Amino acid sequence: MSARHYQPPRFSLRFLHVWRRNALVWRKLAIPSMLGNLADPMIYMLGLGFGLGAMLPEVGGTSYIGFLAAGIVCSSTMMSASFEAMYSGFSRMHVQKTWDAIMNAPVTLDDVLLGEAVWAASKSFLSGMAVLLVATVLGLTQSWLALWMLPVIFLTGIAFSGMGLVMTALSPSYDFFMYYFTLVITPMMLACGVFFPLDQLPPLLQIVAQALPLTHAVSIARPLMNGALPDGIITHLLVLAAYAVVSFHVALILTRRRLLN
Amino acid sequence: MQYLRVRQLRKSYGGQEVVAGIDFDLKPGECFGLLGPNGAGKTTTLRLCLGLTEPDSGDITIFGLPVPGQAREARLKIGVVPQTDNLDPDFTVRENLLVYGRYFDLSDAAIRNRIPELLEFAGLSARADVRIQTLSGGMKRRLTLARALINDPDLIFLDEPSTGLDPQARHLIWERLRQLMNQGKTIFLTTHFMDEAERLCHRLAIMDRGRMITSGAPRELIAQHIEPQVVEVFGDGAAAWADAFGRAAAERCEITGETVFCYTHDADSMVHHLDSQAGLRYLHRPANLEDVFLKLTGRELRD
Repeated sequence: MSARHYQPPRFSLRFLHVWRRNALVWRKLAIPSMLGNLADPMIYMLGLGFGLGAMLPEVGGTSYIGFLAAGIVCSSTMMSASFEAMYSGFSRMHVQKTWDAIMNAPVTLDDVLLGEAVWAASKSFLSGMAVLLVATVLGLTQSWLALWMLPVIFLTGIAFSGMGLVMTALSPSYDFFMYYFTLVITPMMLACGVFFPLDQLPPLLQIVAQALPLTHAVSIARPLMNGALPDGIITHLLVLAAYAVVSFHVALILTRRRLLN
Repeated sequence: MQYLRVRQLRKSYGGQEVVAGIDFDLKPGECFGLLGPNGAGKTTTLRLCLGLTEPDSGDITIFGLPVPGQAREARLKIGVVPQTDNLDPDFTVRENLLVYGRYFDLSDAAIRNRIPELLEFAGLSARADVRIQTLSGGMKRRLTLARALINDPDLIFLDEPSTGLDPQARHLIWERLRQLMNQGKTIFLTTHFMDEAERLCHRLAIMDRGRMITSGAPRELIAQHIEPQVVEVFGDGAAAWADAFGRAAAERCEITGETVFCYTHDADSMVHHLDSQAGLRYLHRPANLEDVFLKLTGRELRD
């Protein structure tokens, strides 16, 4: 074990080359990839929104589908960032040894990991954007304030990329990611206000939910879509930023220990 | 200036010393080979030199730059051919070169200018736009070599460059490496193929259990460590023949399985005697690097 692995990150602009590499691969498969990314959240938003929504009165002052849209934008961002950082990241790190090849050039692991995190966030940004666009076309966005969701989606993407990269650094195989989805991602989908308001949860779970990043993403996104300024926006942003910074740093240390020994 | 200078390099994993205090230098324009059985510490040495692993102790400098401290700067002028192919499977041959060149901060225009020359070198001009999966093992290795040249490096590291290739593909790789030496490139390769080392390297070192046991020019090592002629005797009666005649006639005899290796300065009497032995086959040949290697590292299996 080396003290070097715990040093703060040292980045260079070469992380952009890693990002560009991934973007070039993505470009070849852009259309199927976008459609695939969009199908799942659309099914949830339209299926639950219209189906369940028909039985419900207003939720939080809007129609149920209007309530749901902001949650689906955030959860779709979360899913997309997590998948990219874990399954695709693991392929590049462990299966294809792409990172090894890159690190033989004058690019360090710090740059590789930053490139991967920003890439996963960029891809998840597109997913979140696509849902937002569809919601807007359906008339579910109430004001131009919704444009402020763009940086929020990106920040959410970065936070979940960092968390996904932690799992990638620890993972012996693809199977390992199922634990994370079952134990972390799915509970967050249900406990963070995506499908129903937080105050429907038992009090103890409400406190737990306040510690989870998706709660804070949804807490910013929903008012913005409905044309209001979110309460406590600074706190929400800080929590997301903290998740991003801490998880990235942990991922970096773990990956250094895994690859640079 | 030495291109690569290594002093008292040590690295252990889990209490086991994988690199146990080695020293060596690499001069501009030479081809230096690191030989050793599997697990000798060759790949670890290479990773240490590239700054991908931090040594427990010792000094490494490349082009006068300290490694790992300034490894990133040093790698600007280094090309690496890794042991296992890590070409990008999502890309074509041309895209592999383009994307790799960007990691060196080369402009797309500069890389595109260089690609035809590299494709020609790799014998892949006709396949520039095919995907990697359709290439044979030899083609992939040539492309990996071409990729390592994208930044016009002064120093090239190759980790077992011909492992897993058929003879034709190996000879072509060797031919290309000689071409690079003629261009004045400096080469550092690891291998466990003795013929490869003997053909290519100006100088080599034999490494075992983390230590360098010997180093020198291939011919020198053979002259220094081993009798010049070898008679290999095969067959059921080989061991009996060795006891009856071989041990007395040769300076040294080694028996593995049903083969007897006799090392000597003058094989005439043995060969005469063997000609009259029905049921025994033999091979009389000059000593080579493999004999030195086996003498120094032993004949038992390593993995």
